[in-house]
Amino acid sequence: MTRSKLLSLLGSYGVVLALLLLILFGWLRYDYFLGFFNITSVLRYNSMFALVALGMCFVIMTGGIDLSVGSTAALGSVVAALFSPQGAWIGLGAGVGAGLCVGLVNATLVTRLKIMPFVATLATMLAASGTALLLADNQSVSVSYESGFTTLGQDNLLGFPIPAWIALAAYVVGWVVLNFTSTGRGVLAVGGNEDATRMMGLPADRIKFLVYLASGGLAGLAGVILAAQFGAGQPIEGVGWELFAIAAVVVGGTLLTGGVGSVGATLAGVLLLGILFNVLNFENGKGWISLSAYWQSVIRGLFLLIVVILQAKLSARSTAAVKEY
Amino acid sequence: MSYSPSAARAAKSFDPFDFLARYGTLIALVLLILFNLIFTRNFATIQTLNVNLTQVCTIVIVAVGMTLVIATGGIDLSVGSLMAISGALAPMIFLGKIIPIENIYLAVAVAMIVSVSIAGLFGLFNGWLIASFKIQPIVATLVLFIAGRGIAQVMTNGNLQTFRVPQFQFIGLGRVFGIPFQVILMVIIVLAAAWVLKRTVFGRQIIAIGGNERAAELSGVAVAKVKLLVYAISGLCAGIAGLVVIAINSSSDANQVGLGMELDAIAAVAVGGTLLSGGKATIIGTLLGAMTIQLVRYTLLANGVPDAAALVVKAGIIVLAVWIQQQGRAHA
Repeated sequence: MTRSKLLSLLGSYGVVLALLLLILFGWLRYDYFLGFFNITSVLRYNSMFALVALGMCFVIMTGGIDLSVGSTAALGSVVAALFSPQGAWIGLGAGVGAGLCVGLVNATLVTRLKIMPFVATLATMLAASGTALLLADNQSVSVSYESGFTTLGQDNLLGFPIPAWIALAAYVVGWVVLNFTSTGRGVLAVGGNEDATRMMGLPADRIKFLVYLASGGLAGLAGVILAAQFGAGQPIEGVGWELFAIAAVVVGGTLLTGGVGSVGATLAGVLLLGILFNVLNFENGKGWISLSAYWQSVIRGLFLLIVVILQAKLSARSTAAVKEY
Repeated sequence: MSYSPSAARAAKSFDPFDFLARYGTLIALVLLILFNLIFTRNFATIQTLNVNLTQVCTIVIVAVGMTLVIATGGIDLSVGSLMAISGALAPMIFLGKIIPIENIYLAVAVAMIVSVSIAGLFGLFNGWLIASFKIQPIVATLVLFIAGRGIAQVMTNGNLQTFRVPQFQFIGLGRVFGIPFQVILMVIIVLAAAWVLKRTVFGRQIIAIGGNERAAELSGVAVAKVKLLVYAISGLCAGIAGLVVIAINSSSDANQVGLGMELDAIAAVAVGGTLLSGGKATIIGTLLGAMTIQLVRYTLLANGVPDAAALVVKAGIIVLAVWIQQQGRAHA
């Protein structure tokens, strides 16, 4: 009993433990790893992925999937860049609005037309990408530097990057919604057993609708940060973001079958994958080994492999433990 | 509002949704061809046919493997990365970068066999993760989706490999009786897969697993073995497609070969009428689905619509096709 409890604890907090170990490793091995510059640049860059992964986490908890987040972020960045001359807030609103539009389409396809999330969001992925390319005329769109729009991506507040604050705020809201509201409990209920949820009178479709809408909005927000950080709306960015987000969510211990999940562990998953890359860069800087940037994806893939195998073993054990009762 | 039994019977004998679900893709394809015959200049030429067929070939080859995987209720996201691996490996062998082989025919043969087999082995690895560890296919194949392209990039150090080896490039540029060789290859693969799915025990087992895995297992189907094979076949198909792509391009770029192919293949399967939840599959449908998507794109481009807009239209077609099929099932 204590053994299986220990294992389930490892399942829940394994990702946090791994993250701490990785940071400890980096701190001991590299001089500037915990330096101000490195910390802020890691946080600034990964805040975009954190936002996308948060939306993905909620979608996956309902048992769905959202493949459109990457191209939605690209669309958001283009729209935000186009509106940025009107002011920072208008650029922000426009980017998020574009994301919400894609989310609305996803939500409608999944809940009204009952199209499988995988197919529905695959289609909107193509459509959002096409729309972004059309709006941007197949090239990147420079943002306005006069309106203060770039503040959203490039400046600091109280010593921390603004994108990191935005991502942190989103995670706090996400955590509160998941743990302290009926909608949040409904998200897990729908993912656990949709039919049972319906029979209990919970508005399953409304919950799913909200989740896809939120995922679109968060992807749009990530796009705004992308545009503000790099000074341009980029219609061809975002390729593979959806799979990175899925990987982060899975590494965070959220089951793809839905019904189980944690907002905090997802954030840890994003940071773990992000810092892994950072460590690799430092290791190259040391000069002992010379790993090209291409190793990055190989190592990420290997890492994901280890995590999913561990998860599979753990969940097999816990089902076995339940059966013993 | 009177109830008429004859009307009810008529409704049963002809359900438009059911009809569309069955023949929608074929009808769409015929309509597209008619539209093009009337409005697109120079459409009814051998050249147009060849352009469209050669562009659709690699998608169809990959989509055939994907159809089998999806028929078992799975999915294979790694196909594009496996194309990159086989596409990176083959030139390294026939250009003699690994071991110099004097005879060019022997070198090309070794290159083809080794690189396609390696892709098949990676597919087997996917199947092993899915069958032995019960990892969901979308996650299990995500591993190689991420790592696979990295492996190809590491092998070539991200460099473009260019070559001019007619013996090898025959599979992408050669012709037999005026027909591009890759089209013949595609037809052979499609026919073989259609035969396997319809006429062999293995094919019926694939469908049985997709329909109800537990029931299939209880009735004695070796579920794990079938899954291993199916993912290995998908890997082999991806490996072949990777070779065709680099043969056409006369170069291999690990960053580009097969990029986004998983989505094109899944779209072709979905439009073709294979259930994405498994249990019902049609290889010919997949062929028609891929051709429909290709022809839509061609039609739009030939009539001056930008490529980006074609993406939006493609998205609409995928949703429409899947929705119609669902209505057909709901009414059946």
